[in-house]
Amino acid sequence: MDMKPFTQLSSLACPLPLENVDTDQLIPARFMKESRANGYGGFLLYDMRFDSNGSEKDFILNHPDGPTFEILVSRRNFGAGSSREAAVYALVDFGFRCVIAPSFGDIFASNSVNNGLLPALVSEQDCERLLEIMDAEPRQMEVDLSAQTITVASTIVSFEINPTWKLKLLNGWDDIDLTLAETSKIEKFRENYQKHYPWLG
Amino acid sequence: MAGKTLFDKIWQAHEICQNDEGQSLLWVDRHLAHEGSFHAFNKLAERGLSVRHPECTIGIADHYVPTTSRNLIAVQPKIRHVIEQLVENTRKHGIKLIGLDDPRQGIVHVVGPEQGITQPGLLMVCGDSHTSTHGALGALAFGIGASEVAHVLATQTLWQTKPKRMRITINGQLAPGVTAKDIALAWISRLGADGARGYAIEYAGSVIRDLSVEARLTLCNLSIEGGGRCGMIAPDEKTIEYVTGRPYSPRGEALTQATAYWKTLYSDDDAEFDREVILDGEEIAPIVTWGVSPEEALPIDACVPDPSSASSASKSRQIQDSLDYMGLIPGQKLTDITIDRIFIGSCTNARIEDLRAAADVLKGKTCKVPGIVSPGSTVVKAQAEAEGLDQVFLDAGLEWRESGCSMCVAMNGDLVASGERCASTTNRNFKGRQGPGARTHLMSPAMAAAAALTGHLTDIRDLLG
Repeated sequence: MDMKPFTQLSSLACPLPLENVDTDQLIPARFMKESRANGYGGFLLYDMRFDSNGSEKDFILNHPDGPTFEILVSRRNFGAGSSREAAVYALVDFGFRCVIAPSFGDIFASNSVNNGLLPALVSEQDCERLLEIMDAEPRQMEVDLSAQTITVASTIVSFEINPTWKLKLLNGWDDIDLTLAETSKIEKFRENYQKHYPWLG
Repeated sequence: MAGKTLFDKIWQAHEICQNDEGQSLLWVDRHLAHEGSFHAFNKLAERGLSVRHPECTIGIADHYVPTTSRNLIAVQPKIRHVIEQLVENTRKHGIKLIGLDDPRQGIVHVVGPEQGITQPGLLMVCGDSHTSTHGALGALAFGIGASEVAHVLATQTLWQTKPKRMRITINGQLAPGVTAKDIALAWISRLGADGARGYAIEYAGSVIRDLSVEARLTLCNLSIEGGGRCGMIAPDEKTIEYVTGRPYSPRGEALTQATAYWKTLYSDDDAEFDREVILDGEEIAPIVTWGVSPEEALPIDACVPDPSSASSASKSRQIQDSLDYMGLIPGQKLTDITIDRIFIGSCTNARIEDLRAAADVLKGKTCKVPGIVSPGSTVVKAQAEAEGLDQVFLDAGLEWRESGCSMCVAMNGDLVASGERCASTTNRNFKGRQGPGARTHLMSPAMAAAAALTGHLTDIRDLLG
């Protein structure tokens, strides 16, 4: 059950110039009991998008071109906090395929990769450059995973990605299939492990 | 060759193999599953996969459970459905369940250590970021997402990139009124909410040695709030005494073998850390958060920061944004901030010692604001009732509830109303965490109790006499 491979992306990028956009903001806890069947995109950053009556606020995701955004640019510590993968489901179901930030919550970053969403790590300086060029408006942007570059207007910045994650995203690989192929190795390890730590048997 | 850290020893014991890019496949000893695991079980169902080692997973209901009663009749149908899915999924796959009406029920990170499920040297995971808690007993424990939970269920293993190692040493000793919660907020406010990102943290030093096991659980619990992959403390005599005799702990000859191994779990004298942080215990004051990230925390005798004196324009905007959400004025004394309610609970601060600390402050007094006390587990609840703590809370005007995650994450309907301000013993002051528009100030249980008595944030040291 492989995912769609990620190679290059060309899309409108959405600026979200905030620090510490935690997973509680990405999807408030009250929506997490919903089934994924209808998609989680409507819950993304819900309390920033809608007021208490459910009316749209003046917020970038409510932009007329919002449904076409595939890239999000934000500040440090994006996706911090709760391990809820629902935060990634909300981003992916909204249409995002890449988030650019100077740091990510660890669990969020690995959840992203497991759902085909690229967490592109840039320097603080490059992040500020991108946000400056975007000037609070959606801008056309290109992301090239093989080359690890982001291009906006004539500016090119590079990003970092864990090499295993890069390979997984480029090929659309799924961990479970890869690991199940190692079952005999795992069971052999387990046998040996139980001999070493018999009280765990 | 340099010696090994505590973290390295446990990592190595669980490493099955590495891939070409250097990621490790790790054996997972124990997996704890709460109601949020339905996404992971659904993934298994979609692919027709079974649970490889059901004996290595334990289901525990905590996130959505009602705290007003143990009855699901009055519960919202969607919440009931999530709780019932855990019952159904564990039954279907032959996984043990500590369900709603089980006398061992509670918050997974309280129940694990309490039942002896958590032991030194184990690799433990759970689909919850506060899994770092279990590191207090010398386990390697971290939170994972739903896809990784599905991977653990299907294979009992996990692919992980080895984090770097950070040691946080707290020397000296703590001043009166200062707790593990304050140690955590002290280092997080200094290093930042992403300060330990990419690191496995080991806590060390005389202050850590002097902490009770329960206080260590609080400290390790908050490792994730500073971005740490996990937080660990080398097991010592206190740890071994704590673990011994619990329902899931080894007994007899097995205990002798286990203890001999546990005593090898420490960082060698010549072990190297990628980063060392050293704090002086005497310099840590009781701390409260004023903003919307745990890094936005200050000693209780400080004032609300002024965005105009921030180091950069972006920092200034960030402070202003936090103050706008929190409804605070720059320069205002933290002790002048009035509150609407308190919450004592969560995997961070709802163990018996936490409840005793709060009850000590409240005994024979009356609160100025309402509040809820939700014990960390049903076992803690019974213990508190045996000690008469429930009556102290009730007499002071607080509600004594059942155990669950409750108002820490507000999934079960225990909410702070929009615009209300809550003094809370929990772990996250994020926007909307305790309910849409809710304003949270994090602090220790004694500080939350003190705030309840005065109706404003209060320096516990002023009440110590």
